[in-house]
Amino acid sequence: MLNRIELLQLIEHNARLSVAEMAVMLGDSEEAVAAMLEELKSENIILGYTTMINWEKTERESVTAMIEVRVTPQRNQGFDQLAKQLYRYSQISSCYLMSGGFDFMIIIEDSTLREVASFISEKIAPLDGVVSTTTHFILKKYKSNGILFDSKPIDDREAVIL
Amino acid sequence: MTMSIDYDKQISSVVKEMPPSAIRRFFDLANEMKGNVISLSIGEPDFVTPWRVREAGIFSLEDGNTHYSPNRGYMEVREAISSYMNRRLHLQYDAKDQILVTVGGSEGLDLVARALINPGDEVIIIEPCFVAYRATVTFSHGVPVVIETKEKDDFKLLPEDLENAITDKTKYIILAYPGNPTGATMNREELARIRDVLLKHPDIVVVSDELYTELTYTEEGPCSIASFPELYDRTIIINGFSKSFAMTGWRIGFVCGPAALVSQMTKIHQYCLMCAPTTAQYAIIEAALNGDKDVDEMKKEYNMRRRVIVNGLREAGLHCFEPTGAFYAFPNITSVGLSSNEFCERFLMEKRVAIVPGAAFGQCGEGYVRISYAASMENIVEAMRRLKDFIGEVKEGKNTNA
Repeated sequence: MLNRIELLQLIEHNARLSVAEMAVMLGDSEEAVAAMLEELKSENIILGYTTMINWEKTERESVTAMIEVRVTPQRNQGFDQLAKQLYRYSQISSCYLMSGGFDFMIIIEDSTLREVASFISEKIAPLDGVVSTTTHFILKKYKSNGILFDSKPIDDREAVIL
Repeated sequence: MTMSIDYDKQISSVVKEMPPSAIRRFFDLANEMKGNVISLSIGEPDFVTPWRVREAGIFSLEDGNTHYSPNRGYMEVREAISSYMNRRLHLQYDAKDQILVTVGGSEGLDLVARALINPGDEVIIIEPCFVAYRATVTFSHGVPVVIETKEKDDFKLLPEDLENAITDKTKYIILAYPGNPTGATMNREELARIRDVLLKHPDIVVVSDELYTELTYTEEGPCSIASFPELYDRTIIINGFSKSFAMTGWRIGFVCGPAALVSQMTKIHQYCLMCAPTTAQYAIIEAALNGDKDVDEMKKEYNMRRRVIVNGLREAGLHCFEPTGAFYAFPNITSVGLSSNEFCERFLMEKRVAIVPGAAFGQCGEGYVRISYAASMENIVEAMRRLKDFIGEVKEGKNTNA
């Protein structure tokens, strides 16, 4: 019996597997896998497929900042309305409501420090309800979504072990 | 002129007469090509020991734990093993006198041979099997008696074959399910039929090599022959963390069994080894108590590779019985028309993939090859593609040798 958590874990790690390959790995038919994938998409459980890229190794300039945003929640709307005003900006790649000393953690990716800084001072800080922002720039990415940025697996095992 | 000592005369005959491996030529060839080939020839996990376990070993060193432990292993370690055996396999062993921490599963095999065998005693070995069974028995001056299992029986031990192999000299039998090299398992019902034979011969000890027991892919899961109450006191379990926790290089394992036998094995262990490595002992406390999730994750990954490899073998046109344990497939290559040695040598030279000739695991392994799926999925998929090409070319009689 096809288990949807197992299927999700499989494509979470490698979205390029074909339906046929997944069917073999999970020990079920291609039809069953294809049907379940459709179902997961229609339920908005599978939201999309992306690729992990180490942009630092390319010629493209890119900086990532994590910004703590403190806000005053609006009457009747809680945090959701403010969240919407934030995440509509395409520069904001992630937006989370947090517990602890601030309210939103937003992640911004842009090409230069200056662009990020001006985006925050011109667009985020002046928003109604935003009390303060604290910006942290990422200096180096070591690991993201379970993937190491700079490591090649080495296999130093013996040639034959019986 | 100095007289040099003639070691040919001095070496013990039992050691001298131990035949070299049936696949020595292949060994040399594979070693020469190491690094340039896809290796599905390795009987150990490709995973690295989970970090939590490595960290526990490192911490023990930082903490200055660098001395001998008690011969049996630290009490804390044996208690962790006892809890592990109870939790994972539903077997009760007293940490005080039923568990011995060993230097890998291999030491367990050696200890049991030395503790039980008087010269000339017979030990029943079920082939194709791990190469150390025959050797440890022979080194202890025992006589290996081989039962050959068949592909048509899924390489399971049949009760009638066991009955026929037993003589009044039989001292013990080595059971190894899930097994290397076949990946065969035996379920409770099948083991019950073996139990029934053994009940007629109350003096035979059962040595159950359960190193691969965590890697059982059937729905009902693993079953130990020690779980039959009538055989509990007659069974010594050889187990360890090498395969399940990817800890081969740590050299740490354990045996569980009746106190009367474990104490005699401890005597040998005490004089030959003092104790198992203490860093590894501290590491396995973490593995035994908190490592279930790591094992389950690795098992899930192996299981997917298993399905891919069996599917790939069948697509390549080989007959392959469904392996349900360990991390090996053992396909039948007789349809290709090459011996297992020829098959593996040519596959290595022509397609740069290393797999192991079945002949290495006993005469009845001829006609088969062992393919390990302790390798990355990418390598497995690529190796299966090359295998399909290779078999096609051999069958067409093309000579692709440069």
